Amino acid sequence: MPRVRWGTAAAGLVVVAALLAAPVPVDAQQPRRGGTLSYAVSALPPSFDAHRETTFAMIHPIRPHYNLLVKFDPQNYPKIVPDLAESWTSSRDGLTWTFKLRQGVKFHDGAVLTSRDVKASFDKIIFPPEGVVSARQAIYQGVRAVEAPDPQTVVFRLKWPVPSFLEKLASPFNWIYKADILARDPRWYERNVMGTGPFRFVEYVRGARWVGRRNEDYFERGKPYLDGYTALFISSRSALIAALKSGQVLIEFRGVSPAERDDIVRTLGPRVNVQEQPWLCNLIVAFNTRRKPFDDARVRRALTLAVDRWSGSRALSQIAFVGPVGAVMRPGSEFAMPEAELVRLAGYGRDIAQARAQARALLREAGVPEGFGFTLKNRDVQMPYEPVGIFLVDQWRQIGLNVQHVQQETAKYLADMRAGDYEASVDFACDFIDDPDVQLAKFVSSDVNPLNYGGYIDRQLDLLFVQQSRTADRAKRLEIVRRFERRLLDEQAYVMYVLWWQRIIPHWRTLQGYKTTTNHYVEPDLAEYWLAEGSQ
Amino acid sequence: MQRYVLTRLLLMVPTLLSVAVLIFVLVRVVPGDIVELRMVLGGSYVTPQVLAAERARLGLDRPLWAQFAAWMTGIVRGDLGLSMWSGEPVAKEIALRLELSLQLAVMATLLATAIAIPLGTVAAVYRGRWPDHLVQVFSVAGLAVPSFWLGILIILFLLSVFRYLPPLTFTSLWENPRANLAQLIWPALAVGYRYSAVATRMTRSALLEVLREDYIRTAWAKGLERRTILRRHALRNALMPVVTVIGLEFAFLIGGLVVTEQVFNLNGIGKLIVDAIAQRDYTLIQGLLLLVATAYVLVNFLTDLLYAWIDPRVAYQ
Repeated sequence: MPRVRWGTAAAGLVVVAALLAAPVPVDAQQPRRGGTLSYAVSALPPSFDAHRETTFAMIHPIRPHYNLLVKFDPQNYPKIVPDLAESWTSSRDGLTWTFKLRQGVKFHDGAVLTSRDVKASFDKIIFPPEGVVSARQAIYQGVRAVEAPDPQTVVFRLKWPVPSFLEKLASPFNWIYKADILARDPRWYERNVMGTGPFRFVEYVRGARWVGRRNEDYFERGKPYLDGYTALFISSRSALIAALKSGQVLIEFRGVSPAERDDIVRTLGPRVNVQEQPWLCNLIVAFNTRRKPFDDARVRRALTLAVDRWSGSRALSQIAFVGPVGAVMRPGSEFAMPEAELVRLAGYGRDIAQARAQARALLREAGVPEGFGFTLKNRDVQMPYEPVGIFLVDQWRQIGLNVQHVQQETAKYLADMRAGDYEASVDFACDFIDDPDVQLAKFVSSDVNPLNYGGYIDRQLDLLFVQQSRTADRAKRLEIVRRFERRLLDEQAYVMYVLWWQRIIPHWRTLQGYKTTTNHYVEPDLAEYWLAEGSQ
Repeated sequence: MQRYVLTRLLLMVPTLLSVAVLIFVLVRVVPGDIVELRMVLGGSYVTPQVLAAERARLGLDRPLWAQFAAWMTGIVRGDLGLSMWSGEPVAKEIALRLELSLQLAVMATLLATAIAIPLGTVAAVYRGRWPDHLVQVFSVAGLAVPSFWLGILIILFLLSVFRYLPPLTFTSLWENPRANLAQLIWPALAVGYRYSAVATRMTRSALLEVLREDYIRTAWAKGLERRTILRRHALRNALMPVVTVIGLEFAFLIGGLVVTEQVFNLNGIGKLIVDAIAQRDYTLIQGLLLLVATAYVLVNFLTDLLYAWIDPRVAYQ
């Protein structure tokens, strides 16, 4: 019989008593039902069809009406958890993925969901019929067929083993639609809503608000906790911050700047909670390799060498939502380049004086005259584009370059990029997944992907992209990704990564169960959130 | 008078047609592509085939003349086309916002008129004395302070002092007058103040001009009461330029409250114009600009009719 340690027991009792006596913090509350969550959405949805859109402005208000086959767990991103699929298996060769669906899931019109609906939805995404746009078709090139052998089973047959296939299926844009509706009109979902999700559609007042109410027939017993939600469309930053401060909205799921965060915290004090997280978005500089002297790798290397990312990160993170230093794969992700390796890339070393001396030498070698001038095109979006653009101009001035910062309205900026009417340009990329297929696609040769505005042709990069995409072994795949990154950023320096973004999400403490993730696409999953007692 | 009205109405047709051509050409020469904006800006990789298919679906691959002809044919049939961004009828998109913008314009106009005419009259009557100086300070401040800035001040004041923010969602006046007024009174104040400053100055100077006229001197000589002279003789004649200013300003307010609408998050015509331009939603921009142009032409026409009513000689000239 073990001896009782009285000292330990007494200490334990004291701790328990203290815990019982302490006031329960709001964050420790149990989920409760009721209330309507109001949140802000800072842009307007182009259509209601997630298969054709790429913007959060559609995801944020409309996602709560739908389910996915599998989804990222918003509490433990990037863990994949069941949604409509109850379980799944993959064949030994990785060419067959079989999903078993939950029983008794109902659409909002009362019809029971079957594998036919899942197949029809994925067929629309992967093999869209004539006249139907699928924005994500490219990431499912490895899929041969989708099958529905029985009402509860869905099978994906692949052409080759696709790493991260499950993560790709969990795209927050892969909403499951009703097969009968798609058969009647594959574009019906562009203007209408009908899913199996935790909330039913109530109304959309264009440009003003989107309203949903609890789906009492939702398959997850007890969820959602909220009675309903209202997404308010607020495009003006000052109106959005005022709405947050006044409590007319409790959260905006995209992110605010450090200054806006401080303003909100100053006003709301302990009533607000701030969550921060590295963001799966970045700012890149694209060089137009069709123009001299940017057709010379030495010049591009010199430009990337001149930028002190580490001190830039410290300074800029105080005023803009940027911060993490990284290569092509998001810092902090499973694919990220370790710092020891990162500092060996051009422009990532800790000794900036030495890097700049090297940059000057490279420019001399390339025949670029002292005081050479060029234009850096940028979007006229204040955050985070403007401060980063100014930072770059200053960095390049340190090696004797004279750079003109030209900020353009977004449509004009995109038109110039497409037409190749630029010398260097602040570019960006955002997505929901760290997978290299998604993150590297932008940088293959411009005749393979014309959205690579740099205009270079590099078959070595193309080959590495395909190789990594078809390599199931994680370590081998990672090694190929590294080679891709080194060639892109160091040897050829076709583009330069400046800084990754940092998500800053202030929200009222009354909103419970919310956790930020690395991106603004897998949120909001409103089924998991609830409002603290007394908040409504 | 009938002939005058008919001529003016007929003249509107070539005016609006010229405006339509101008709008179409101007909108299309601005660089930018709606398809790239909506599909690439999210950051995701979209294949060029998808982008081309989308351009074809929207008819953007057709020659410009064919696009213009299709737009004109639609207008003749009373159809402004579909928004390229939302797929909804342009007329419906506009109608949704028109109630708010019209109401705000009417409220600001009423407020401005209610302030401007008495203040302008007081300033003119007491010219060079302290009431005049006071009115001058009021109106110069109104001209100097942009209404969006005043709007921001109002919001900051309400928020910091009363922890109150006007409701962000629009409620129709017919549905809930209280909620409607709670939302619109603040922007109406911000806009109406600047507007009243313009009209006050106009009333003052027009009235001063009229008060120097011979017939006013005659009226004084005849021993008429000051109130009668001001109301029946001076003010009625001084109102002509004031009505012009109020009319044009009203037409401007329908589509011109862009920044104020942003500040108060009002879902009006101004905000829609900005969104449509930023999104390169050609059909919507065309429809909206045509609406604004039509509003100007109509308000001008109505102002002229009002002239004729105030001074019947106008109709015969």
